[in-house]
Amino acid sequence: MTVTLNAPARPKSRNRTLTRFRRNPAAIVGLVVCLLIVLAALAAPWLAPHDPDFQFPEGLTLEGAPQPPGGLYPLGTDLLGRDLLSRLIWGARASLTVGFVANGAAVLLGVLIGALGALTRGWVGTAIMRFTDVMLAFPVLLLAIALTAILKPSLWIVALVIALINWVPIARVVYSEVASLREREFVEAAGAVGAGAGRILTRHILPHLIPTALVWGSLGVGTTVLLEATLSFLGVGVQPPTPSWGGVINESQSYLTTAPWLVLAPGAAILLTSLGFNLLGEGLRDALDPKGGR
Amino acid sequence: MLGFLGSRLLQSLLVLLAASFITFTLVFLLPADPARMVAGPSASVQTVTSIRHEMGLDRPFLGQYGAYLGRLVQGDLGRSYKQNTPVSTLLASRIGPTLQLMLGAIALELLIGLPLGIWAALSRGRWPDTVVMGLAFLGAAAPQFWLALSLVYLLAYRFNLFPLGGYGGLSHLFLPALTLGIGGAGWYARMMRSQLLEVLSQDYIRTARAKGQTARGVLIGHALRNATLPIATMIGLDIGTFMGGVVVVESVFGWPGLGRLVWDAIRVIDIPIIVGVVIFSAFVITLSNLLADFVQPLIDPRVRYR
Repeated sequence: MTVTLNAPARPKSRNRTLTRFRRNPAAIVGLVVCLLIVLAALAAPWLAPHDPDFQFPEGLTLEGAPQPPGGLYPLGTDLLGRDLLSRLIWGARASLTVGFVANGAAVLLGVLIGALGALTRGWVGTAIMRFTDVMLAFPVLLLAIALTAILKPSLWIVALVIALINWVPIARVVYSEVASLREREFVEAAGAVGAGAGRILTRHILPHLIPTALVWGSLGVGTTVLLEATLSFLGVGVQPPTPSWGGVINESQSYLTTAPWLVLAPGAAILLTSLGFNLLGEGLRDALDPKGGR
Repeated sequence: MLGFLGSRLLQSLLVLLAASFITFTLVFLLPADPARMVAGPSASVQTVTSIRHEMGLDRPFLGQYGAYLGRLVQGDLGRSYKQNTPVSTLLASRIGPTLQLMLGAIALELLIGLPLGIWAALSRGRWPDTVVMGLAFLGAAAPQFWLALSLVYLLAYRFNLFPLGGYGGLSHLFLPALTLGIGGAGWYARMMRSQLLEVLSQDYIRTARAKGQTARGVLIGHALRNATLPIATMIGLDIGTFMGGVVVVESVFGWPGLGRLVWDAIRVIDIPIIVGVVIFSAFVITLSNLLADFVQPLIDPRVRYR
């Protein structure tokens, strides 16, 4: 009897979350945009009309300038006569790889460090949280530029550096959440019936952090893609010849007045991705926590 | 009050001490050899060894850190590898333009963000609200370097309203300051809207209306002053985002400030300059947070020094 009464309770609340998400048009738009970009990145070999690295002899005008959009090259060609659309589709791979890997690692680190900081009373917890204070004294972008420049930039270095910087705000959010969870009765009860610290963490604390992790997991991809694009634009991100959105803009900056599509199109791709993941993240937050939280 | 001042000051000093330790450790762990970088790739092993000894690089870690900290306290940030000039001299010559840029950005943030936020709050749920909040969202998602290039293309090249770049008067300042501040303007609009909506629902506002005060009078005389209270804190936080943003903005517009200094330094991997600006930023950020904490209770008597 108790079993049948209790069993539907969980799916019901999950359904409510799902309903709230479905009824939020902005969230659905975000989800669709994200899915399309991920699909484009995965299907790059089939979707891209040309080889992204091939320098077409007819891809440049007789004066040696890039070809404008239209005809054989839907978005035009870049300064080396390569097809821009193909480079953008392949570039989605670099951006999303960094976006998912770096942000995934940052969320994982942030949740673990934040939870550890809140659960270990005494100097370990204090030291962890004071360390995050210090990290917040550095400007994110400047620190990322300094680290990638000094460590010799590449796609994986960029991902590593972003992960090592972005876990900090996540850890602080998780810390305050766990610090309040720690005082709640169900945690105390679990402790009273003999559950150890490890069991309390995995069975009673971590499940409560899933919404936070999901929201950051999505919002963070947007900010990470922006950061990666900025680093690549400054020349300390993904290195050529690997196509990346920020890199394409970096290469073609000097063609701004004669070939503006070389700046506009990759910029639109970055904006769309960052917008998509932001919308999805905010939609998730609203659906998981109807009180708002901002 | 004095106790609060003292403890916040001490806390800030400790943060800076730790920040210097972290940056020093990072540079220490680097695979790059500073002595080789100073000597140049063609120097002999003996020269490199003697330079390493001169720079104190053959001493143990903590000894090196102690010496570094000692110089740091005196404002000595080391010497540029490539230009052989003290980093502090280079920094000092670049602070002015960056400060201009930041002040311009803050002014534009307030001029754009606050009125839009008020408009959104007063037309809550109707189209101006939706449009303003949509723009704020867009401003936060747009890459800064792309905004910079788009503004240059549209306003400077196409319509010829502003110079394409370079350092100069207000007309040179406008586009870079706008790029730097446009994301923050959206942030201020959001803050203003939510603050104003909250203030307008308070009892004293209803009382003011009940006593015959007009809607405009309530807004100007009672609501706005209280709604703008978090601004000091927000400007303090802005400085942190700006310290990174100036690298992008100054590199696009050729603005001769700190950001441009970093941008030039990463091209030749001039580590003392890069690290010097990072440390300087940490100092500026800690200082501006500290100032915001002190100023806030002066503006808002409900906030006490704790």
